[in-house]
Amino acid sequence: MTLQAVVNNVAPMPASKDVVVDIQKMSLTFQTADGPVYALSDVDLTINRGDFVSFIGPSGCGKTTLLRVIADLERATAGDILINGVSPRQAREDRAYGYVFQAPALLPWRSIERNVTLPLEIMEISKEERVKRAHDALKLVELNGFEKKFPWQLSGGMQQRASIARALSFDADLLLMDEPFGALDEIVRDHLNEQLLKLWARTNKTVAFVTHSIPEAVFLSSKIVVMSPRPGRIIDVIETDFAKDRTLDIRETPEFLEVAHRVREGLRAGHSYDD
Amino acid sequence: MTTDAATLPAARTGPGLWTRMMKGQTGPVCVMLIGLFVIWYIGAIFMNMPGQLDRYARAKQDWTVSQLVEATLNQDRPVLPAPHQVAAEMYKTIFATKITSKRSLVYHTWVTLSSTLLGFGIGTLLGILLAVGIVHVLTLEKSLMPWVISSQTIPILAIAPMIIVVLGAIGLKGLVPKAMISTYLCFFPVTIGMVKGLRSPDHIQLDLMRTYNASRWQTFFALRWPSSMPFLFASLKVAIAISLVGAIVGELPTGAQAGLGARLLAGSYYGQTVQIWAALLTAAFVAAMMVVVVGLFEKRVLERMGVRA
Amino acid sequence: MSGKLDKFCLVGAVFALLSLVFPLSGVDPETGKNVAFVSDLPGLASAMVACVVIGVFFTWSGVTSVLRGSIILLVVIYGAWQAIATLYDHGLAGYASYGFWMFIASLWALVWRGIDVIANYRTLDQGKQQTANIIVPLAFGIWLLFLWEVITAGFGVPQVLLPAPSMIGVRFVNSTGILWDDFRQTFLKAVLAGYVLGCGSGLLVAIAVDRVPFLKRGLLPLGNMVSALPIIGVAPIMVMWFGFDWQSKAAVIVIMTFFPMLVNTVSGLNAAGRLERDLMATYASGYWSTLFRLRLPAALPFIFNALKINSTLALIGAIVAEFFGTPIVGMGFRISTEVGRMNVDMVWAEIALAALAGTAFYGAVALAERKVTSWHPSFRVRRH
Repeated sequence: MTLQAVVNNVAPMPASKDVVVDIQKMSLTFQTADGPVYALSDVDLTINRGDFVSFIGPSGCGKTTLLRVIADLERATAGDILINGVSPRQAREDRAYGYVFQAPALLPWRSIERNVTLPLEIMEISKEERVKRAHDALKLVELNGFEKKFPWQLSGGMQQRASIARALSFDADLLLMDEPFGALDEIVRDHLNEQLLKLWARTNKTVAFVTHSIPEAVFLSSKIVVMSPRPGRIIDVIETDFAKDRTLDIRETPEFLEVAHRVREGLRAGHSYDD
Repeated sequence: MTTDAATLPAARTGPGLWTRMMKGQTGPVCVMLIGLFVIWYIGAIFMNMPGQLDRYARAKQDWTVSQLVEATLNQDRPVLPAPHQVAAEMYKTIFATKITSKRSLVYHTWVTLSSTLLGFGIGTLLGILLAVGIVHVLTLEKSLMPWVISSQTIPILAIAPMIIVVLGAIGLKGLVPKAMISTYLCFFPVTIGMVKGLRSPDHIQLDLMRTYNASRWQTFFALRWPSSMPFLFASLKVAIAISLVGAIVGELPTGAQAGLGARLLAGSYYGQTVQIWAALLTAAFVAAMMVVVVGLFEKRVLERMGVRA
Repeated sequence: MSGKLDKFCLVGAVFALLSLVFPLSGVDPETGKNVAFVSDLPGLASAMVACVVIGVFFTWSGVTSVLRGSIILLVVIYGAWQAIATLYDHGLAGYASYGFWMFIASLWALVWRGIDVIANYRTLDQGKQQTANIIVPLAFGIWLLFLWEVITAGFGVPQVLLPAPSMIGVRFVNSTGILWDDFRQTFLKAVLAGYVLGCGSGLLVAIAVDRVPFLKRGLLPLGNMVSALPIIGVAPIMVMWFGFDWQSKAAVIVIMTFFPMLVNTVSGLNAAGRLERDLMATYASGYWSTLFRLRLPAALPFIFNALKINSTLALIGAIVAEFFGTPIVGMGFRISTEVGRMNVDMVWAEIALAALAGTAFYGAVALAERKVTSWHPSFRVRRH
């Protein structure tokens, strides 16, 4: 645990200091007109402080739902979840989450700066402090100079970076990213992946990252959670130990390919269940 | 599916009829309507009370609360007639009076309805023609469209009495002048809706027609016209409603001879509140029915075009 | 130069030529003589000749540039001026005959061609393009006014039936006092009060209703249906309840404007996207915070839509309600009484005032919309 992480931790910490997310035997069932849908079943998962965890799996495997349960946007129907040792709801009210969605979800009527200060406004932080933090966050995603622009004046990649800055601005414990680069083209995506990695190395944030790209998952993560649909469940958890300052070049190394292979095997095993 | 088969039937039966009604729109709308009636009755009691108390005081008559309430709901010329009074008046003038009689609300409704429909028909035709011109001739679009749009901001109904009186002065009376007002009111929404509708095909669809070397008219009938149908019906609903308003307002300055507007005016001259309310509710009913009929046509046409309801 | 002849210019030239030949005016029944001859009117004759010349010239060389289009329009303006001068200064009013109308037809063909060129003008220069975009409808509008003037004067249409625009203009300028009083009564008192009350209460009720899904499901279909009803019919009732003065008109307007605002605001409050709502939820943002930071701003385009619809409805409501009884002032009152006295020019002046007030009111709301919701895509996307 680095000094930075300790300093950032404002909320009082419970007994096990290193565990941010602790999920045990958690299930989520949706009641629909066609009968119940088992979105998540028997999920066990721990995320430690400073981890970069990727959730990967085919669509319908519940990876987004899992992220939403962690963020208290959905309620689990069974099992236990603790975030920082408290319930997801308590954690949400303590402002523990920086959520980045598939789309930038910037408010079109606010300038980039005012979009980034939005959470700070809600958390009733003083004006000068807001501007200062927005400035810092925008610098982290290399968007300084665009403070006064409106969202529509930025490209898709820049908009998504702005939304990441927004998630960073209030120093949330846990950065939750739901396919943040899914809608972008591959070149922009590679670039943003590298930037995100640098950001993670610098801030030592805990990140939960949903994707359906194997190279992206392997490249970014310290821990890869492979999931499978119907019912949504975890079938494999792979720990990697690439250097924190890795670059895109490692995608050619045998170690990288080996991990990617294992992920692919896991996904295939999950699929065979299906048909 | 890995779903447990045993749980399925239970899920299929679903919630009861009552819950479904309350979850949908029917239940809440019914509750609102009942609430409206209750408020109407309470309003009638309170708004008619001062007049009734006055009457009691003048007659130096004793009264109980139940007498007072009953009296307020059955006045001759109440400030606000109670629903049952309006219903009785409507029954009397719609069912219990001969249709040919000047007292029959059916007769007055027909007078208004005929000019509404005539105006609606002509206005729609004109509106569509104008829209076709605007879509196909750039100069017409650039010169005329700004005026069509800004004419929407003008209180056109203000012209109604003048059209009636002026046309009356040169011998045009009855149906036609009123229908002209309706025409005038109808054709703007139709034009604007149709211009939008005829322009609604995508670029790629238009490009596709170009690759076939389709003529303007082929493109029009194969692509533009069908894609404009949803827009046409949306405008028609607005147009028919406003057409009725035009016909009613057109009846105001004619010295109150016939029609729902004339009934409103006569009622307001002689303080016949029950008559006003009866005419008003009839007009509302007619408007709602016409919109429903247009909606049914819309459904049929769109179904035939393969649009799912 | 293209091989094709310019049809509009050809038509213009031919009609101008014919107008020189055909008799300009009819016969005065008293004197038994023609009222006027082209040969006595050098101004009109020169305009006709000019139309022939440019018509013939552009028929072959084509109207290929905005400059040529402008030359045509200048000639048309000269011709129109001469036509009106002939009507009023040389007693042609009421006696115009074939020659005169052929000249008007010639002007019509030429003005269409001139407008056509400017309408098709394309440039990357924003300023120039905007000027062109304004000139086209303006020229068209002026042309229609000219046509109206010439037809009413040329045919001697009785003033009771349709007064000429110039007559309406004169009446407007001469009765500014009365018009101002009517405007104050109808617009500044009834319309503004009713509009503010109706829109305001619609907005507040919508926000309240939005919190109760049951109310929302019940009120929305009703509110939608109400927009199809002839609400204006409540005017006589309101006049009975609230008296003859502006209060009863304001009451009609409140009822008319309430439902559009209610329906639009309720759907606007649902316009905020799911992602944005989830985002606010992850910040544990409270109801009011989300309302003011996300949902109301997202609803603004809808609210402005209602404000625009209501701006027209309000004026109509006030004027029509005045038909049911007013103190002796107000736009609706003036229209109905002057129509009874057959003072049609005054009625038209009043209508012009209503049109002016309506357009200005709508324009003000639209301007505010542009200011407040400039972020909305509809102000950036260009139509194809």
